[in-house]
Amino acid sequence: MEWEVVIGLEIHTQLATKSKIFSGASTTYGAEPNTQACAIDLGMPGVLPVLNKDVVNMAVCFGLAIDAEIAPYSVFARKNYFYPDLPKGYQISQFELPIVGLGHIFIEQEDGSKKRIGITRAHLEEDAGKSLHEDFHGKTGIDLNRAGTPLLEIVSEPDMRSTAEAVAYMKKIHSLVRYLGISDGNMQEGSFRCDANISLRPKGQEELGTRTELKNINSFRFIEKAINYEIERQMDILETGGVITQETRLYDANKNETRPMRSKEEANDYRYFPDPDLLPVEITDECKEKIRQSLPELPDAKQQRFVNEYQLSDSDANALTLNKETANYYETVTKKIKDPKLSANWILGEVSAYLNKENKSITTAPIQAEMLAGILQRIKDNTISGKIAKEVFDAMWKGEGNTADAIIDKKGLKQITDNSAIEGIVDTIITDNPNEVAAYQGGKKKLFGFFVGQVMKASKGKANPAQVNALLKQKLD
Amino acid sequence: MSLTEDDVKKIAYLSRLQITEQAIPEYVENLSSIFDLVDQMNAVDTSHVETMAHPLHMIQRLREDVVTESNQRDIFQRHAPETEAGLYLVPKVIE
Repeated sequence: MEWEVVIGLEIHTQLATKSKIFSGASTTYGAEPNTQACAIDLGMPGVLPVLNKDVVNMAVCFGLAIDAEIAPYSVFARKNYFYPDLPKGYQISQFELPIVGLGHIFIEQEDGSKKRIGITRAHLEEDAGKSLHEDFHGKTGIDLNRAGTPLLEIVSEPDMRSTAEAVAYMKKIHSLVRYLGISDGNMQEGSFRCDANISLRPKGQEELGTRTELKNINSFRFIEKAINYEIERQMDILETGGVITQETRLYDANKNETRPMRSKEEANDYRYFPDPDLLPVEITDECKEKIRQSLPELPDAKQQRFVNEYQLSDSDANALTLNKETANYYETVTKKIKDPKLSANWILGEVSAYLNKENKSITTAPIQAEMLAGILQRIKDNTISGKIAKEVFDAMWKGEGNTADAIIDKKGLKQITDNSAIEGIVDTIITDNPNEVAAYQGGKKKLFGFFVGQVMKASKGKANPAQVNALLKQKLD
Repeated sequence: MSLTEDDVKKIAYLSRLQITEQAIPEYVENLSSIFDLVDQMNAVDTSHVETMAHPLHMIQRLREDVVTESNQRDIFQRHAPETEAGLYLVPKVIE
């Protein structure tokens, strides 16, 4: 039978505030355990939460960016459950009347077309603390520094039909929150993590199949592997006539498998109710407009502008605008060298290949935009060929010099454009290879490449290729 | 009685309260009377009344995003039964 995959994602993104959502404790990552957990975060008796203004603004900012309804009136609720990293016995979250209602984004599909993915809602909540299970002689250690850190939970519609779409959606949201500056999106530090709801149904069937939920996936690579594994697992069960149990599963990256979390004795019953400690939040049109005015250029708009302004293809423009840093890098280089296509080719070619190889981000690349522009400028003014430029790039990446000119000088890579010098090399090659010359002149025209290669080799790649071609043609034909 | 003994057991479990078998009938009776009161209130026609999330007709005041708290871990941890390396220690919980 042919199965259709249905995926919905819940993304938790940590908001980039200085202080917590309901207290004035710091949110800085990596502090000594419990040094950033104040009386409010600890759930001490008699304390009251006071909502952080920036948290509200950031949520509105996100809502406007996904073209969502912003609730004029929004309510916080208590989600009740017991766990030691949740000292109050409830998490302050939103249930009815979340701050951001129905919205959508577009993802780029493999064939270049765009697909609309609905976003059901996005709501604010506080994060819990961290439990450490090792090394405490059979006990669990609790660090509450993270308790009360503001989170925006973004819930998608079950609109994705493949792993590729789910990954594209996650990347798009990641890009968006970083463009907006509302989250650092740091996945290693847990600032951006995802739960995936996955089900299969026979192709053509309207009704959704039973779903499983994969919890807490914090990398693009893992989400791909986890969803693929889960699809295979469900398909095996369904193909052999089995039924899927609705459950929460964990992805184990080491074993590349998902397995059920220990099933709770009773189904969750969070008993949500409006938090009496917090009054409803009002978002006026005036406030909304002020935030709308302050929105930066968003990925889709930037991509369109790159296509119009720099005559780039949709896919190149998309790749260059996936994150703000790459887009800025591209624009800096392009403004300097005034050759949009050349800088796009180099950034999507050499630069991203080196970044991928070393698992670096463009902000920490050893070759910054001005330095790359320096190399490309020397291609444009014929000081070096494209091939030599790669050599210069490699040397610069390895820290052998800060400017293209310094490296070209030091390594003697300057292109030979002196016609008589090139002619000398050409003559030598022709004299040294009488058999090939005879064969070429006898009709084996393919040998032309051999002569070019010999000349380039003799000049250590420095002879200007156009001049080499012209001279060889002139002398051989 | 609007509540059953099983309801009471479930509520006790969700609240992590340990109650004895003998005490259950009394809880059933007391909690049921609260539910009965709610039922009585539900009988009132409120279709013309707007739902409220809070009894006060006020809007949440917001706080500027500024760090105002300093590290008071030592004071807080004085009240904890057990701590180590700055962590609060609790009986092992693992999912």
